[in-house]
Amino acid sequence: MSDKEQKPLPGRRALLSGGAAALGLLVAPGIRLIEVAGASTTASPKVRWGLLVDTTRCTPECKACVNACNAENHLSGATAPTDSQWLRKVELKDKRTGRTASVPVMCQHCAKPACVDVCPTGASFKRADGIVLVDRHACIGCRYCMMACPYKARSFVHAEVHDQNPEVPRGKGCVEGCNLCVHRVDKGQLPTCVEACPNQAMLFGDLNDPNSALSQRLRTIATTQVRADLGLDTGVRYHGI
Amino acid sequence: MSLAAIARTLLLAAGLAGLAGFASADSRVPKPTIQADPANGTCVAPAAEMRRNHMDMLKHQRDKTLREGERGAKVSLNGCISCHAGKQSGSVVGSRQEFCESCHAYAAVKLDCFECHQPKAGAQVAKTAGGER
Amino acid sequence: MTGAASKRFDVSHFYGLVGLGLAVLLAGLGAFHYMEEHGHIVSGMNNQVVWGTPHVFAIFMIVAASGVLNVASIGSVFGKTVYKVRAPLSGLLCLALLGGGLMVLMLDLGRPDRVIVAATHYNFTSVFAWNVFLYSGMFGIVAVYLWTMMERRMKPLSKPAGFAAFIWRLILTTGTGSIFGFLVARQAYGSAILAPMFIVMSFAWGLAVFYIVQSVMYAWNGMELHPSVLRRMKNLLAVFVAGTAYFVAAYHVTNIYFARQTEFEQFILVSGGIYPLLLWLGFGVVGTLVPLLLIFLPGLGTPRAVLFASAGVIIGAFALLYTFIIGGQAFPLQIFPGFEASSSFGDGAVGAYSPSLPEVLLGLGGVAAAFLITTIGVRILHFLPQDDLVQLEAANPAD
Ligand code: HEC
Ligand code: HEC
Ligand code: HEC
Repeated sequence: MSDKEQKPLPGRRALLSGGAAALGLLVAPGIRLIEVAGASTTASPKVRWGLLVDTTRCTPECKACVNACNAENHLSGATAPTDSQWLRKVELKDKRTGRTASVPVMCQHCAKPACVDVCPTGASFKRADGIVLVDRHACIGCRYCMMACPYKARSFVHAEVHDQNPEVPRGKGCVEGCNLCVHRVDKGQLPTCVEACPNQAMLFGDLNDPNSALSQRLRTIATTQVRADLGLDTGVRYHGI
Repeated sequence: MSLAAIARTLLLAAGLAGLAGFASADSRVPKPTIQADPANGTCVAPAAEMRRNHMDMLKHQRDKTLREGERGAKVSLNGCISCHAGKQSGSVVGSRQEFCESCHAYAAVKLDCFECHQPKAGAQVAKTAGGER
Repeated sequence: MTGAASKRFDVSHFYGLVGLGLAVLLAGLGAFHYMEEHGHIVSGMNNQVVWGTPHVFAIFMIVAASGVLNVASIGSVFGKTVYKVRAPLSGLLCLALLGGGLMVLMLDLGRPDRVIVAATHYNFTSVFAWNVFLYSGMFGIVAVYLWTMMERRMKPLSKPAGFAAFIWRLILTTGTGSIFGFLVARQAYGSAILAPMFIVMSFAWGLAVFYIVQSVMYAWNGMELHPSVLRRMKNLLAVFVAGTAYFVAAYHVTNIYFARQTEFEQFILVSGGIYPLLLWLGFGVVGTLVPLLLIFLPGLGTPRAVLFASAGVIIGAFALLYTFIIGGQAFPLQIFPGFEASSSFGDGAVGAYSPSLPEVLLGLGGVAAAFLITTIGVRILHFLPQDDLVQLEAANPAD
């Protein structure tokens, strides 16, 4: 199966950009090609999944993405320092100008992820399509990746977990973090935060495909990578910081 | 080696002994509690092969699914659960009546999979945010 | 005391010490079990301060393990007799400390049941994985080295083995320093100076540990350290203590110089509460100034004063590691430089951490393991460093 076919739709609602032409390449929303084809899918190296977050559409009050993330992954939503948070809203204020921004921060799915470099067992890894994951079957819970991550994107599971989503196993003693909703993406769905955003502030797509709505949008507006100085080449880009 | 690792090694040895029991005299082994409804289809492989190889199948497919994103394969842990979950409990572990545990408790092979994996069949899990403690 | 009575005293004290060591070790293992059972929720660690007290203990022991071997290296690599007779004890202490440190590191893992994964799956870009390799290599090399010293037929190999251990140990401490040195994301770490800094620290801490163990053994056997040996060891300790202070100072001064690091230095040197306190008082005064005075002040520099100096160096080491490891993490990550940040996940806020009892017990358990290996090893192997007094008198007539 080619990478084009398994591409999740860039957005079911009106897209950020007028990049609807890109939709022409794809089938109607909602159809899962896996079921159509009846075969298994695999992550393709031709694709690099990425996200664009337009923070000018975010308000400090809105936590829709965070809530959706917690619900999808069965996170408690508690915010003690020992609780897992895969996606959080960071409120920023420019120290000189006082300008503010409200920014959703999650795993940045770097092309050169520090967590993958430092992981002693290779449990932290990057899939062929650019999604950075923790293989919780190989994770020994040393937390070196948490030391290395510049984005504080990972959490350590400090206590037993119950009532997991069958599609999102998680448990005590391992490190976890945003997985770009890999279980949804592989089914041709969007990451849940993207889908839940009431303001269409997030755009999901293939960074490698110049015709994807995401790539087109990245060509037309100014975007930044967080801590671009580190040269990690993040898969998550921001507009408006 | 940590205590846990030593304990694990011992458990594994016990498991191997149990397996040797399977190989030599199938009849001495109590049958697992099978509640799978044949109407839902047959197992992913013949019962004899499943008994012998299910761990390797699971581990092989686990890496394929996780690392390569191979979805929709015949073997999957959620697949096992969807057929083998107990009729009442909806789970594959929790008591010796449940499929995976019925055998594993006997073979003394610890199954830590369900520390993370939801042991209940998909439909029976309420989609609410779970507690973390 | 008659011979028999002293023997009985000796034996009962030996078992007393072993019993004490076992008790602390068991407490440590109990703490490990408790933490494994409940998860790290019962520790003081959290998602901001991910490495805590166990890591302070573990890194201290691993760094000191490498440094304690210095004594043997000076003997065999540089051919100094005074140190040669101390080489076996130095090797044993190295194995004991390394074992204790690794035990703590392993038992603190979130999934200690999977250590076997760490031993079989290497990711060769990981400094941690290099260290797993370096630590196991160290065990092997030092064991061989000890063997060459104890077995007469192997004596000729002792020098090359000592040399191999010397080189390996330098790489090992470089590796330990690099665990932090390669972490570019964090303000406190990601500096090339950390590797040499860890090497000099290892010299000081290792020698301090060695001196304390040697003093206890001498007291036990009613022996006295020859003044010329004392002089050499205390001078060496002073050089290493001063060297450590120099590197720590250089690390902070260069940081102050980099504009993007000044906020962190302000935190760790001035405003960070317990961390500056430990750094200045614990490391600066107790760990550096006092030991140097104890060694050099006229009238001091006695075996007893040097013993206190060594203890001070070790206390200072723990204080320094606590500020370095825990203070370094408590300072918030600068994810958005130039912005004030706040969030539900502790962005922009200093992370809270206070050591919990299980963590401390686990760390002490590692110390107890090292203590037991040393105590039993010394007894079985007769590793008491005995100087050739005649030769020493001849060489140092002035003493
Ligand atoms: C489509 C439903 C279905 C799925 C999916 C399924 N099984 Fe089965 N399984 C069965 C049925 C029905 C039997 C009984 C077959 C028989 O006795 O011949 C069985 C038998 C077995 C047995 C043999 C028990 C015995 O001793 O007789 C094992 C072991 C087993 N399954 C394990 C698994 C595992 C592991 C998985 C997941 C990889 C799995 N099964 C997936 C339906 C299923
Ligand atoms: C027919 C009895 C039987 C049933 C039913 C059974 N198992 Fe097993 N399983 C075993 C035995 C025996 C071993 C030990 C084999 C060995 O150690 O090589 C084992 C080993 C395993 C292992 C490898 C354990 C390890 O630590 O390496 C996994 C994983 C596993 N089983 C999963 C399952 C799951 C999941 C189910 C339920 C869907 C299940 N098993 C049902 C008998 C069974
Ligand atoms: C520490 C948590 C954890 C433990 C323990 C664990 N898993 Fe997983 N497992 C995961 C995660 C996370 C995934 C990824 C799910 C995804 O991306 O769909 C996964 C995926 C899988 C998959 C592929 C998805 C599927 O449903 O088929 C298999 C197979 C699997 N695990 C088998 C096992 C087996 C067998 C064990 C026990 C020996 C086990 N796991 C223990 C966390 C865990």
